[in-house]
Amino acid sequence: MSNNIPENLRYSKDHEWVGVDGDIATIGITDYAQHSLGDVVYIDMPRVGDKFSAHEAFGSVESVKAVSEIFLPIAGEISEVNDGLNDTPESVNNDPYTDGWMVKIKMDNPGEADGMLSAAEYEEYLEASA
Amino acid sequence: MSITKVTQHPTQNESLIFERSQTGRVGYRLPKLDVPETLDVIPTEFRRSDDLAGVPEVSEVDVVRHFTRISTWNYSIDLGMYPLGSCTMKYNSRLNEKVARIGGFAGLHPLAPEAESQGALELIYKLQEDLAEITGLPGVSLQPAAGAQGEMTGVMLIRAFLDQRDGEASKDRRVILIPDSAHGTNPASAAMSGFTVKTIHSTAEGLTDMNHLRELCNEGGVAGLMLTNPNTVGIFERNIREICDTIHAAGGLVYMDGANMNALVGIARPGDMGVDVIHLNLHKTFSTPHGGGGPGCGPCLCSAELAPFLPTPRIEKSGETYRLNYDIPTSIGRVKAFFGNFGMMVRALSYIYTHGSDGLKEATEAAVLNARYISHKLADTYDEPYQSDCMHEAIFSHKHQAKKGVVTLDIAKRLIDYGFHPMTVYFPLVVEGAMLIEPTESVGRADLDAFIEAMIDIDREAQDDPELVINAPHSTRIGRLDEATAARKPVLRWREDMESTAKAA
Repeated sequence: MSNNIPENLRYSKDHEWVGVDGDIATIGITDYAQHSLGDVVYIDMPRVGDKFSAHEAFGSVESVKAVSEIFLPIAGEISEVNDGLNDTPESVNNDPYTDGWMVKIKMDNPGEADGMLSAAEYEEYLEASA
Repeated sequence: MSITKVTQHPTQNESLIFERSQTGRVGYRLPKLDVPETLDVIPTEFRRSDDLAGVPEVSEVDVVRHFTRISTWNYSIDLGMYPLGSCTMKYNSRLNEKVARIGGFAGLHPLAPEAESQGALELIYKLQEDLAEITGLPGVSLQPAAGAQGEMTGVMLIRAFLDQRDGEASKDRRVILIPDSAHGTNPASAAMSGFTVKTIHSTAEGLTDMNHLRELCNEGGVAGLMLTNPNTVGIFERNIREICDTIHAAGGLVYMDGANMNALVGIARPGDMGVDVIHLNLHKTFSTPHGGGGPGCGPCLCSAELAPFLPTPRIEKSGETYRLNYDIPTSIGRVKAFFGNFGMMVRALSYIYTHGSDGLKEATEAAVLNARYISHKLADTYDEPYQSDCMHEAIFSHKHQAKKGVVTLDIAKRLIDYGFHPMTVYFPLVVEGAMLIEPTESVGRADLDAFIEAMIDIDREAQDDPELVINAPHSTRIGRLDEATAARKPVLRWREDMESTAKAA
């Protein structure tokens, strides 16, 4: 099955995506991740101002199959949370890269996202682990 | 509501009790009031003025028939094989039920004086002794009401022990290690007891990764390990001694989740493996009813070192007299009212006595043999993610069927059409599309073969006519439910303006 992997984002091996704008990064889960999880029914999110180090769990996603932790690929402080997901968790399934974004962070090291996988590298990683 | 009815036949379409309501219908007739009516005793704000609107108005026979009809919709352990992995859905013997109904046990008040409760106290004491013998761990509390509570009690014992042993320094020891295949309750119990959790990887073989375990121990601060053995992929952790030694050397304690004890009873004892504390589920391993069949019992057992911290009251024996000791200052305190769910203890002791030590061992052997039979017979049809011999449960994935678009959930739903309760699905999380099958010792060869045949038929359907499986079940009263909408927008109570449930199509 082909996965939607936008060119302009960076990816983690835990299947999170990061979109960078200055020192703010927007974070969500990938199309592959939402497909593996199945229908998302609830998302447990952090609060604005919470601080996380890289690879730390910042929340969890509950689907009809399971509850899975979501990890922050890069370190930072939560600057915004997508409250809309409380009412429409299905956005994570339908539009994982747009309406389904989860949090925005103010990055501790704005260059950190450069070390993550590119779209091509993530696609390769998915194919290798299939 | 988007419920698809498979059949419209009236016996298969029971309306809600609210929808059976007819204005004025009652199940009683009271004599005419022959004294003046007084409403003043009830303050106005507590009086209902809507004449109980919305409460169903039905006769006694309506109520009896309604609930009798819906009771026949249940699938139960008395109806057929219930192969839920990690749940040990074994037969609940009628003899255990008979014993639990003996007047002296069933009618005993929990506040009756010790002198009048000697029989019950003796029964609790004897069950404690037997469970201690079975697990190799001498400290016992039967108080916890379920596995997860027994588990949390175990973690609290670890915390209390460390606080006493290390004093102030105990606060630097707040990490609990848990394998990635664990039950979700494990990290929850650890977090609720004030610990943080670090996840240990599993190897390709399905075992705890020893190198990763050592690495995490070297990071320091380890309070303990929570390990299920056999683990949740049904494989015995053969390095258990080394695992316990590693944790002990790091200054931590080992808690074993006893959910899978049905693979060990009478054969191997966690205490002998180096485990410090364990919980059992009497409603799994010791055949007391699950869920709707009765409350649970999740005893917590521990080493002599941890025993001073067990919940109070504890039962003590002096001569031939049993007494309850509430005065144990080191105890973590009560975790449940009175002594826990006593009826479950009666059933469990009855199970142990009717089997005897040889019978318990035989049950374990049969449970493992049954699971291995399924594992062997389905190995050519379903993907087995691990090569090791399974213990009491067999694990498969949907890998072969997913190529045709048929996934674990579809296979589980189709199994309903074949008359079986589905297996555990999508657990453990380390296996994608997991199907965890635990037949228990309660089924014979004929039932196992019927189940295996159903699974092989479903695979054939998945290959030849995938739509048939994807749209299952077909033989039930209603079709596949929209679980996602039910979880996202749950309808938790009836309202007058709702569409009728029986006629929805």
